[in-house]
Amino acid sequence: MNFEHSDERRMLADTLNRFIREQYGFATRQRICASAQGCSREVWQRLAELGAIAALFPESDGGFGGAGFDIAIVFESMGRGLVVEPLVGALMAGQVLATVGTEAARALLAELIAGEKIVLLAYEEADTFADPSRIALRAERAGAGWRLTGSKSVVHQAEQADAFVIAARTSGAVGDENGLSLFLVPRDTPGLSLRGYRLIDGGRAAELTLGAVALPAVSLLGMADSAHPVMERAIGYGVLALTAESLGAMEAAKEATLEYLRTRKQFGTPIGSFQALQHRMAALLLEVEQARSSVINAAASLGAGRTLRERALSAAKVTVGRVGILVAEESIQLHGAIGMTWELPLAHFAKRLVMIDHELGDEDHHLARFIALGRGKALAAGAP
Amino acid sequence: MDLRFTPEEENFCTEVRAFLAQKLPPRLSERVRAGKRLSRADMVEWHAILNSRGWLASHWPTQYGGPGWSAVQRFIFENECALAHCPRIVPFGVNMLGPVLIKFGTEAQKRHWLPRILDGSDWWCQGYSEPGAGSDLAGVTTSAVHQGEQYVVNGQKTWTTLGQYANMIFCLVRTDREAKKQEGISFLLIDMRSPGVEVRPIITLDGAHEINEVFLTNVRVPVENLVGPENKGWTCAKYLLTYERTNIAGIGLSVAAFEQLKEVAATQMRQGQPLAEDPLFAARMARVEIELENMKTTNLRVLAAASGGGVPGAESSMLKIRGTEIRQEISSLYRRAMGVHARAYVDEALDDGADGPWVGPKEAAASAAARYFNNRKLSIFGGSNEIQKNIIAKMILGL
Repeated sequence: MNFEHSDERRMLADTLNRFIREQYGFATRQRICASAQGCSREVWQRLAELGAIAALFPESDGGFGGAGFDIAIVFESMGRGLVVEPLVGALMAGQVLATVGTEAARALLAELIAGEKIVLLAYEEADTFADPSRIALRAERAGAGWRLTGSKSVVHQAEQADAFVIAARTSGAVGDENGLSLFLVPRDTPGLSLRGYRLIDGGRAAELTLGAVALPAVSLLGMADSAHPVMERAIGYGVLALTAESLGAMEAAKEATLEYLRTRKQFGTPIGSFQALQHRMAALLLEVEQARSSVINAAASLGAGRTLRERALSAAKVTVGRVGILVAEESIQLHGAIGMTWELPLAHFAKRLVMIDHELGDEDHHLARFIALGRGKALAAGAP
Repeated sequence: MDLRFTPEEENFCTEVRAFLAQKLPPRLSERVRAGKRLSRADMVEWHAILNSRGWLASHWPTQYGGPGWSAVQRFIFENECALAHCPRIVPFGVNMLGPVLIKFGTEAQKRHWLPRILDGSDWWCQGYSEPGAGSDLAGVTTSAVHQGEQYVVNGQKTWTTLGQYANMIFCLVRTDREAKKQEGISFLLIDMRSPGVEVRPIITLDGAHEINEVFLTNVRVPVENLVGPENKGWTCAKYLLTYERTNIAGIGLSVAAFEQLKEVAATQMRQGQPLAEDPLFAARMARVEIELENMKTTNLRVLAAASGGGVPGAESSMLKIRGTEIRQEISSLYRRAMGVHARAYVDEALDDGADGPWVGPKEAAASAAARYFNNRKLSIFGGSNEIQKNIIAKMILGL
């Protein structure tokens, strides 16, 4: 039993944390958010150079990590820095490309890892609510190729993408796990339109509309109709990434709040001397430690069999969902009025913490999933 | 980062399981599993079984007859015992007084008292709390006046767990009324058969006789029963509390209780389906299961941080708070699972040898609600959960 990270992982964390401290401070981050792009290709390139993307993939796929704790390390740093560049979407798309494993897919993955291309997974739709089986975007055979019609929702930093991995229904009805397929769709494909907008937690996203988009046969990633297990696996990586990101943001919010309790004076004394506030802060600390344990459990289970792995992932998402929102709300409350202001970094951590619960399934979604998996009734897709 | 136990620890785990499979009398484990009351003889019997293997005093170094275990080994041992429904080890002698004597006692005190703890010659109870000194423990007023070769002790101790079985009590007594609160306290060992000691039962809300009041009136105690220097008892008291809070999370107990909860949730019916299938009940169960899984890892993280045989510091306050909350929640769900029958208070069902007929589901038989109410104590004793938050605020957060 050993809860210390390896030297390599500690060095990576140090490198990323230093980058964030020195080159991605709050003012820089806010400037990026306020820019027209809401994202920095320069930062993306820099993250790639520092190994933040390569750490997410094993050597066999062109990276140097890929284990649960590699992913947790990278995203905890991203959470501490409130990084708005689309690493989660790229991680999930990259996992799909790695699973598909064709020469073209591997070539694109290499470009992704090098920071030269941004490829993002797009699967959520207006009515999916995190459940891939609810995907309605249709892909029909058209000659030798495919024709895609439908829409995708809130694709993070979609305007920056060079290509999307789009999940589509090739057979079956909405609600079926079978009948899903994945397609590689370049950003400039005719018929694909984006409506971009800002996000309340920083950066931008877009709604994707596909109006009878014609794709060649090679666009299909993997086998038709059987993408569900591939997606579950990729989304699992994304869930782990978000839980670790949340943990990093929680730590930052906790530190800021603790510092405020020590320095803010009322009634002639630091407000941290009041027991009502001390107990709330103590409870917060305890919850953050529990959240950290849940992320450790999830990271350790990433290579395990399906039930164990997916339950640990859902358990972590349930935990950081609950704790992240608690930390956000308590941090704002403990700061008082200043916590309500845009100028205070804490407020932006709080927004990110709450919004993480709106990505890849919220607390309720994952609680239901945790229960279903425990009964063995959940989706039989994939290996045990 | 590696959450697995080492091969040596895995072997130890196997060794403990094998021992329990062989030596734990089914009569005792069945009684514990069913939530029945244990007699003094039951507890003495279990102590003797553990002692014969050298595993009774898990905190003690080998030179005093302990097994010299690491923190992780203790965690494994305590978990396995809980999962096997062992009677609990009565902690006052082995886990509380023992470490204090080893740290602060004279050679003569160690030679005399430690073997008697192991072989069961003495049954110790804890004389800390008083009617006026609960969370504010340093407010004890029981006085000990030095007269020749004796102390004359007057005062009242309370919430004395299993004091009705004890022949010895370790007490915090005030030996200097003028000194600052913490500085006038001494740590004294008192023979309960001395004239002037009176034990009166306190019946708890579940109807159990677990705790007592102990009245001390002109009790004469030989000076050699003083542990540590006079007026330095607070140091002993604090040291003891760190041991009191070790394994305070009770992970094994929670896991065992959760397994029992799953069993009843699979058989108890609501609206034509097992409770486990009821979405609301299943959600309550899932939440506590997730917290428990997180807690296991948190506990191991604290142990790993305190490795080297030490006891966890202020972090144990976190384990205490969440560990007891989880245990309370599980007994709350167990009570809920019994539906209407939770109200049945069939006292004799808790007695040894009771064999029905039961009122309602067998598992309910009077113990579900009683256990729930009894477990309210968890967030109160060993330093209330609010005191634990004070400790976290001061020691970890620096507020």
